[in-house]
Amino acid sequence: MPRITIRVQAEVFDSGHETTLLLDGQESVGGVAAFTGIVRGGDGLCALELEHYPGMTESMMQRIAESACARFGLVGCTVIHRVGRLEVGMPIVLVLCAAAHRSAAFDATEFMMDWLKTSAPFWKREEFGNGRSAWVEPRAQDDAATARWGTLES
Amino acid sequence: MLRILYFAWLRDRLGRSGETLDLPQGARSVQDLVDQLRARGGEYGEIFARPELIRVAVNQSFAAISAPIAANDEIAFFPPVTGG
Repeated sequence: MPRITIRVQAEVFDSGHETTLLLDGQESVGGVAAFTGIVRGGDGLCALELEHYPGMTESMMQRIAESACARFGLVGCTVIHRVGRLEVGMPIVLVLCAAAHRSAAFDATEFMMDWLKTSAPFWKREEFGNGRSAWVEPRAQDDAATARWGTLES
Repeated sequence: MLRILYFAWLRDRLGRSGETLDLPQGARSVQDLVDQLRARGGEYGEIFARPELIRVAVNQSFAAISAPIAANDEIAFFPPVTGG
């Protein structure tokens, strides 16, 4: 059984520590791919407020992780998504994929990020320095990136 | 009782994160519930007149607006997701 860790949390995560936990005792791993999403600044943005649907979010993250493990033959994966108010420059999401070979690890990381962005129920509200705030609109290119994988469970 | 949840800008505009509601008489699908909510007028009328802007989950799984509903279901309305 692949080793899967899913968490939604307000606190910051430690990528190194999570990698150690993912790899502990897993001798068949040849590589780990890691992606950390960061709150990107620009246009006066100060922070993002991340909201989620408790329960459904975790079950979608679990489905995405299980699908990635089955599809790419992962030894394990870790997905941590933060919620609450996150200022520019702060880490927002972590995906770690451990596999025997690097191409599976890289591909699985892209797969998981594409599905997280388009099917896990999180919403971002942008806060700007002038006091304005606005909900983020979905991007067509995110849907297109996800569509290349076909269905979630193949 | 139906448990109805609103997220993101739907919650902001409706001024509430959810409500409980008796399954409306004759309501068999999410569409029937949407019609009931739209009939309230005001923000409900505006938001539920444009179902193309809204995504739906029934019992925490994505569902089409034509999906069936039953008493005690949890039905969530929210905009397209923007996490990651």
